[in-house]
Amino acid sequence: MSKGVAITGMGIISAIGNNVAENYHALINGNKGISRVKKIKTNHVNDIMVGEIAFTNSEFEQQLHLSSDNNYSRTAFLGVVAAKEAIKNAGITDINAYKTGLVSATSVGGMDMTERYFYDYLENKATQKYIEGHHAGDSTQKIAEQLGIEKSLVTTISTACSSAANSIMLGARLIKSGLLDRVIVGGADCLSKFTINGFKTLMILSDTYNTPFDENRKGLNLGEAAAFLVLESDAVVQAENKTVLAYVKGYGNANDAYHQTASSDNGDGAFLAMEKALKVADFTPADIDYINAHGTATGNNDLSEGRAIIRVFGEHVPDFSSTKAYTGHTLAAAGAIEAVYSVLALQNNVVYPNLNFETQMKEFDMTPQLELKEKPLKTVMSNSFGFGGNCSTVIFSKEQ
Amino acid sequence: MKQVYINSIGSISGQKTFDNNEFLNDIVDYEDNVISVIDPIYKDYIPPAAARRMAKGIKMGVVASKIALQDAGLENVDAIITGTGMGCVRDSEKFVSAIIDNDEQYLTPTSFIQSTHNTVGGQIALELQCKGYNFTYVHGSNSFESALLDAKLQLENNEEHNILVGGVDELGDHTVTIHKLINHIKPHAVKSSELLKSNSVGAVFAEGANFFVLSNEKQASSYAEVTAVKLFNTLTKAEITKAATDFLAENNLEVSDIDILILGNNGDIEHDGYYHELQSGPFKNTQQVYYKHLCGEFNTASSFGFWLASKIIKTQSLPESVKLNNIKQASFKTILLYNQYRGENHSFTLLKQC
Repeated sequence: MSKGVAITGMGIISAIGNNVAENYHALINGNKGISRVKKIKTNHVNDIMVGEIAFTNSEFEQQLHLSSDNNYSRTAFLGVVAAKEAIKNAGITDINAYKTGLVSATSVGGMDMTERYFYDYLENKATQKYIEGHHAGDSTQKIAEQLGIEKSLVTTISTACSSAANSIMLGARLIKSGLLDRVIVGGADCLSKFTINGFKTLMILSDTYNTPFDENRKGLNLGEAAAFLVLESDAVVQAENKTVLAYVKGYGNANDAYHQTASSDNGDGAFLAMEKALKVADFTPADIDYINAHGTATGNNDLSEGRAIIRVFGEHVPDFSSTKAYTGHTLAAAGAIEAVYSVLALQNNVVYPNLNFETQMKEFDMTPQLELKEKPLKTVMSNSFGFGGNCSTVIFSKEQ
Repeated sequence: MKQVYINSIGSISGQKTFDNNEFLNDIVDYEDNVISVIDPIYKDYIPPAAARRMAKGIKMGVVASKIALQDAGLENVDAIITGTGMGCVRDSEKFVSAIIDNDEQYLTPTSFIQSTHNTVGGQIALELQCKGYNFTYVHGSNSFESALLDAKLQLENNEEHNILVGGVDELGDHTVTIHKLINHIKPHAVKSSELLKSNSVGAVFAEGANFFVLSNEKQASSYAEVTAVKLFNTLTKAEITKAATDFLAENNLEVSDIDILILGNNGDIEHDGYYHELQSGPFKNTQQVYYKHLCGEFNTASSFGFWLASKIIKTQSLPESVKLNNIKQASFKTILLYNQYRGENHSFTLLKQC
């Protein structure tokens, strides 16, 4: 298990951009993608803000040259767009030249169509094509088909808001074990009435711009997004003389085992995930240059995560920020979105500002990075936590 | 690299499988196109108040896990890996219909929370207070096999010692109704024992939970060794035979080494052809077994096949009710499982006596 796991390509679509370059441009210029929801008809339109992607489903249909009888959910559209960019970015022309698998993540899956046609299915035959598109594995199968991945290992992870971090983890394990040479990993989730109303009942949606790690934070903004990374083995990198963007150096997953939706006061699960990731990377806390925090801007997450960070890093907490103020919380995709941002941080030696912060939290004195900061970065830690107590940490590094 | 053993099992299915002292002694022959599980006495395992609050999938998952832990003589495990095609689908249905029926008003969070796919895995962790690795795979008919593969990799590399692995899915009314509309469910009631003679499209839908403790430490009570598992997102009928024999070759085996072939036939005339390729091809002289007439079809039904294989190897007995043919067999040492659903997400799994 000593083999390296190289990242050789990335693709992303989010509320702050339709590709990697646009996302990076928004990140360094402090441009948020948060607004009132436009594409979903909801009574809560004036009570919430979201990170929505501008393209409509029919625009995606055209971009992907799909016939009108397709049964793509919006999750599948987003996933295909991001995965295709990642493949292109990695310079892959023959996907089946190496043993290539796909690990995607989603929590919403085809729920956007299910909630639209839930009762129509019973009467309108034309809508019934979406029934098969409901289950979470469907968008992954479609992404595999669009990438030309056949007769291979294709699977989907759904551990709520930590899902895509876990895809990266499984992908790294599959390469280290030698089972696959190349794994496309990531996640996709679209906005839906289901998640808007679900988070609304939990009373953790902010009615304004989300403010991670701020004393007066009011909750999260939901976002939609997809991101994928191409992971390749040392052998492929050598054989193809590939440019390596970064390495997946460490990863850890733990369960808080505290509550179905809330994090424990001391962030036990988060603490364990970070500790495990450091151990796999063979790093000490001092080796981490920047933490891209989960930082959803809910009262519970930011307190619990902050305390866990202090438990791991003590007096020497590295620069940290949450990028949720840009994109909103993109649920199952978040781990992949922030993996792309972490790699971009490494490539460009920048720490992104934690937008919208005004007031220091009372419970501890660590403050997120508030301005764009340029400094040499060797390593970035990325956290993703979810319902069901699921806590995940991935560490990216410049060097193998 | 360490070997991986099945150290215990826990099954809740359409048959009375929750009692590990029995092995399909009394078969329930249904006549339906949807089958629910035979419930164990849940309050023997979970406090009644807690059980009432739990979704069916959670209840089945938690109790099947507890049966598996008892069977392994363990208080806890290092990690929990769950496969589920649809998660707690009844709560998903409930929340969607509540949103529509009440125009986004008067909603409560319970069904939203339980609808999250990893709720079963999370609840098992809560019950056991297991803070270890916890993953949930949701990839159609390869959900359970994904969990199995993940566990196998970690045990082989000695990252963990005991991992709880399972497959769980529950039936939901609306899901059943709409799958009848698109003919994924058989249009008529079928007698379980005559499933393969139904001559119709679709499957008999069902639910269930099958959990196992996998370990890299063999114990006296171990059931079998998991030698290999391989997943394919696509395969054509023409490619099945080669995929099967290649899989055996990768594991240094030949067709003649296989004592039993366990197949996922569900009586769907449009898709059982994949199984027929193996049945009438290289494995025609191999003892063939099927099981979906007993447990029905659901995304993680193959975990029942895995349960069946474990039982056969440990007890060295083969119930009459699962035989597809009759080949005299002195012992059952090596079992190959093959499953797919509607032509997608195929898997081969290999178990050996240990």
